[in-house]
Amino acid sequence: MPIEVLMPALSPTMEKGNLAKWLKAEGDEVKAGDVIAEIETDKATMEVEAVDEGKLGKILVPEGTQDVAVNTPIALILGEGESASDAPAKSAPKKNEAPAKTAEATVEKREAPVEKPVEAAPVELDVPAGTEMVNMTVREALRDAMAEEMRRDADVFVMGEEVAEYQGAYKVTQGLLQEFGARRVIDTPITEHGFTGVGVGAGFTGLKPIVEFMTFNFSMQAIDQIVNSAAKTLYMSGGQVGCSIVFRGPNGAAARVAAQHSQDFASWYAHVPGLKVVSPYTAADAKGLLKSAIRDPNPVVFLENEILYGKTFPVPKLDDYLVPIGKAKVARPGKDVTILAWSIGMTWALEAAEELAKKHIFAEVIDLRTIRPLDIATIVESVKKTGRCVTVEEGWPQFGVGSEIAARIMDEAFDYLDAPVRRVTGEDVPMPYAANLEKLALPTVAKVIEAARAVTYR
Amino acid sequence: MPAAAKAEKTGKAVSGATKDASKIAWGKERELKSYREMLLIRRFEEKAGQLYGMGLIGGFCHLYIGQEAVVVGMQMALKDGDQVITAYRDHGHMLACGMDAKGVMAELTGRRGGYSKGKGGSMHMFSVEKNFFGGHGIVGAQVSLGTGIAFANRYRENGNVCLTYFGDGASNQGQVYESFNMAELWRLPVVYIIENNKYAMGTSVERSSALQEFSKRGASFNIPGEKVDGMDVRAVYEAGARAVEYARTGQGPFILEMNTYRYRGHSMSDPAKYRAKEEVEKMRTERDPIERVRNRILEEKLASEDEIKKIDGEIRVIVNESAEFATNDQEPDVSELYTDVLR
Repeated sequence: MPIEVLMPALSPTMEKGNLAKWLKAEGDEVKAGDVIAEIETDKATMEVEAVDEGKLGKILVPEGTQDVAVNTPIALILGEGESASDAPAKSAPKKNEAPAKTAEATVEKREAPVEKPVEAAPVELDVPAGTEMVNMTVREALRDAMAEEMRRDADVFVMGEEVAEYQGAYKVTQGLLQEFGARRVIDTPITEHGFTGVGVGAGFTGLKPIVEFMTFNFSMQAIDQIVNSAAKTLYMSGGQVGCSIVFRGPNGAAARVAAQHSQDFASWYAHVPGLKVVSPYTAADAKGLLKSAIRDPNPVVFLENEILYGKTFPVPKLDDYLVPIGKAKVARPGKDVTILAWSIGMTWALEAAEELAKKHIFAEVIDLRTIRPLDIATIVESVKKTGRCVTVEEGWPQFGVGSEIAARIMDEAFDYLDAPVRRVTGEDVPMPYAANLEKLALPTVAKVIEAARAVTYR
Repeated sequence: MPAAAKAEKTGKAVSGATKDASKIAWGKERELKSYREMLLIRRFEEKAGQLYGMGLIGGFCHLYIGQEAVVVGMQMALKDGDQVITAYRDHGHMLACGMDAKGVMAELTGRRGGYSKGKGGSMHMFSVEKNFFGGHGIVGAQVSLGTGIAFANRYRENGNVCLTYFGDGASNQGQVYESFNMAELWRLPVVYIIENNKYAMGTSVERSSALQEFSKRGASFNIPGEKVDGMDVRAVYEAGARAVEYARTGQGPFILEMNTYRYRGHSMSDPAKYRAKEEVEKMRTERDPIERVRNRILEEKLASEDEIKKIDGEIRVIVNESAEFATNDQEPDVSELYTDVLR
């Protein structure tokens, strides 16, 4: 049987890629380990190696093809005496690929609403009417935000692991080294505690560091410097020594990276006076909020999401697009129940709202965007209208952001509530690796729908 | 940054030798200045101890008595614009930086006239004007922060050096070595001053440190270090001047191990049972940094007994006024509770 060469998954969250180039032609002999093609993802260009020896019998996906799904057969390798016509008419995934398939399905499910961004995206509140919108990924929006602020202010610089020559572990800092040079785009050793302290110290003198954590999981190594030094020094110095600094990087679960690499830190940092905590969903908010965060005179924890990096949204084409920190956004108006979410949680919230609408339950979806300071006014205004509230977060349930919101709603809108506030959260367990368990540990659209139906008694 | 910072290094040999300070031209002016500044710290700290005993100072209060030569000698090796950062045994550093004794004492008593408006206390004080960056309560955290201040100096190419002080205790914290690595990698203008007062709180260096020669703690990063008699202000100045020059000329970080001694307990609540009274007494009588300078001044007839007494009197006035201010100044207005959380 001819061997199928499948489109490989090159990262935990990759779903598709471009077939940039074939390095072998049909009829060429290949050995295991030979590079046969180049695949482009939104993060990198990678080489595909043959895993078997034989003859490259047929190229199934020509070079230049965009958005080839992972596990699509891209070529056939023929053994001695075989021909391309021996291939099965419709290829079935091999047995050992089953887990990858499941993971893909998990990711797909969670991202479903993003597939039609233009439909889902409401009019940006902060954009003048008639502004041209350009589609771009969250990753590009973040990069542009940093580049624009670095052009604007010579005191802004980026530091972190692999931010410069590698172009960013998740390619968020792509191109910054080339434009701004090694003085302002600084690769650090793997030393989170130390380089975070270095960033904060530089911030004390008036520089404006952007400290990238490869993921926020690693910020736990540095949390003393974030909390004890960055957040508290302004207060402890009676207002003399502050720190304009952004700590940014991907937060929360990606896909199949298990407990130590899948944690949501929103409630951790939002607990701390002296910090601001921002976590955008759309590319437009990612750009506008990161620019605001860099300009903010205070330390800002900027929680991104790896799964959202590759998602495309319309972004206003403006020279200086800023989104204010501390302002939530009504992403979908409704009257029956308020659903509060942010970042990846918005994908579940919006899809749930769509499903609920089919059952004539009209949910108002609010994208918090900023976790601290919490835009309690927007929340209360919505809850006064709907009388019901569901919060959605990836983090653990105990002492989470949803818990705080529930308490604040009781303080400020208790008389308007027609049902107890319900929280949809990650399960109270470390993140499991197995695909089925991981899926169970995370919030889902179904859980949001169930909560919304519970509070509307429908 | 790294590429631009690759200046050729010279004289990189790691030395652990104490330099002979006895032959350094020091002169009357420096001798008297150092006497005065050390005495100010000594008398200030004694007064702080008294106020603590009276309940006017709360919380933790770590006195610098015995270690005065270190900050005074180092400060004399600096130029305007250089920065200083340390941990929580910090009153001496602030006075040496030229911060007002009244403002420091009022912070100790938690009054509105204190450097942090009464919101920081003994361990957390700052003066942007005097380039003093604290005053930090987490052992070792100031080492990364000071390295960051040096990073900013390098970024701005302003020619300034950051003095980063820490103790023998902090020397065993991980972030110290993370900072050493980056400082040498990027040739940052920082001088690390390890104030080895022999005890990390109550644990002697013998019981806490596998390698007790702290001047060699930068060896695996190729950072040169030098052991200094931290009870001799002249020796401190001489070594400090060389280390600061080294850092200022783009050669990177330098480590100074100051062999010093604190006479008091770790904090006011420490009865110091972990060491013999005789050990303290021996230090006091044989190596006291202030007596040493005083004797030198008198022996070399740089000033008369009367002139020295006059200095003593002036210092007492400054300290008494600071205590009076710190006792009578008002507590912060209650509205200050919610200010300075964010800018």
